[in-house]
Amino acid sequence: MLSSRLVFALFWVLTATAGNAQPTIAVEPDAVRQKELVRLVRQDCGSCHGMTLHGGLGPALLPATLQEKPFEGLVATIYYGRPGTPMPPWKRFMSEAEAAWIVQKLMSGFPQ
Amino acid sequence: MRLFFGLLLSLLLTACAGPQLRGSGDLGLIIERASGRVTLVDTTTRQPYARVDGLGDLSHASAVYSRDGRYAFVFGRDGGLTKIDMLEAKVVKRVIQSGNAIGGSISQDGRIVVAQNYTPGGIKAFDAATLELLSEVPAEYAPGKFSKVVGLADSAGNKFAYALFEGGEIRVTDFSNPHQPTTQRFPAGSQPYDGLVTPDGRYFLAGLFGEDGVAMLDLWQPEKGARKILGKYGRGEEKLPVFKMPHLRGWSVAQGKAYLPAIGRHEVLVVDVATWKEVGRIPVRGQPVFVMARPDGRQVWVNFAFPDNGKMDVIDTLAGKVVHAFEPGKGILHMEFTPRGENVWLSARDDNKVLIYDTATFTRLGEIAADSPSGIFFTARANRIGF
Repeated sequence: MLSSRLVFALFWVLTATAGNAQPTIAVEPDAVRQKELVRLVRQDCGSCHGMTLHGGLGPALLPATLQEKPFEGLVATIYYGRPGTPMPPWKRFMSEAEAAWIVQKLMSGFPQ
Repeated sequence: MRLFFGLLLSLLLTACAGPQLRGSGDLGLIIERASGRVTLVDTTTRQPYARVDGLGDLSHASAVYSRDGRYAFVFGRDGGLTKIDMLEAKVVKRVIQSGNAIGGSISQDGRIVVAQNYTPGGIKAFDAATLELLSEVPAEYAPGKFSKVVGLADSAGNKFAYALFEGGEIRVTDFSNPHQPTTQRFPAGSQPYDGLVTPDGRYFLAGLFGEDGVAMLDLWQPEKGARKILGKYGRGEEKLPVFKMPHLRGWSVAQGKAYLPAIGRHEVLVVDVATWKEVGRIPVRGQPVFVMARPDGRQVWVNFAFPDNGKMDVIDTLAGKVVHAFEPGKGILHMEFTPRGENVWLSARDDNKVLIYDTATFTRLGEIAADSPSGIFFTARANRIGF
């Protein structure tokens, strides 16, 4: 747990300092895992947010709609869910670092 | 000489061969969610017969049918409304009616098609013949605040019942004058996520996400207002996370009991429709999404939300329990019964197939290739209230 928090913090610092540029991060998931995560976001997050991420019962997850939101808050939303809303926690299916990778990709334009 | 007559005969036959006559009662369509296409199918031969492209974003889509079963109206995620001729296998008319849509319904007399929208929140009525806009009813629940519309269902007298997700209301809009609709509003509860009308058209039910229970309006006596049923369901118990919202449309009553997906529990709720009291819970293998009765009501088939979306459970309504559990494929998103229920078609999104099963023996009869299939809609829906 400690190590995953540390990795996450490191990831966050790197991403935050890099701004919108593609940060080079040691914890970036490998290619196979990236593909799985992209599929998970498009198909399963897509149940509520839309496969094209333009929104549904849940809000749109496009760079324009996310840019004002704090990065770490978005990561926590994915990982822990948002009580009082239909957003469930996804921690059974990914690490915090992977949630951070997803947020970073969502904010910069999500892969197909 | 014989050859000459043969040639003449074949020429004559070709000249006479107008369009081949056929009915439409055994046809249907499969939504291919990732490619903006529908595959048209024949449930008698269990084969596809045409593909129709250019329907836009079908990532969440549904269809209703004209009462003659000839035309399908497909509602796409991007607000596209497409009218398809099932016999000629072509698009007759297509309009973009909103920014983000969730589905639609057709009126009792078949003349009005109504779309339900998330953005801008509200409903819109169209002439079923021309797809011309007749009127619109914004889902404004407080000054300047618009809600997503869920659970739109047709009811008697060209009225439509639906619920407002953010607004927490059930509404009934009367399109008897389609240019000047009138709307009644009923407080319903927190975050209605979908709705349905009973097969007789009498009760509209809206599942609540924000609180325990289901809001119910008696459409025969709307002046009595919406009331909450199943309010005690699951009180004090920790809810399981819901990775996909259940769909209520397609639900039906079997043997005087209603079978409903629980939310946040791996159970199907059994409700007596005379008293609207819970009379049982049937454990299943995941968060139910569709809980659909075979047309005769003997079986109820259940599919599940991620991560259990490869499983199917079949409940025998006489035994009151799951009698068949299997894993037909990957990403089972939807199911549709043939009109009298001898077969069920299942869409396996991640296998790029639609699977056809015999509902008596549970044997697989065949499959159809389709690109990321989701909704399956047969023309028999044309004659059912709430479909």
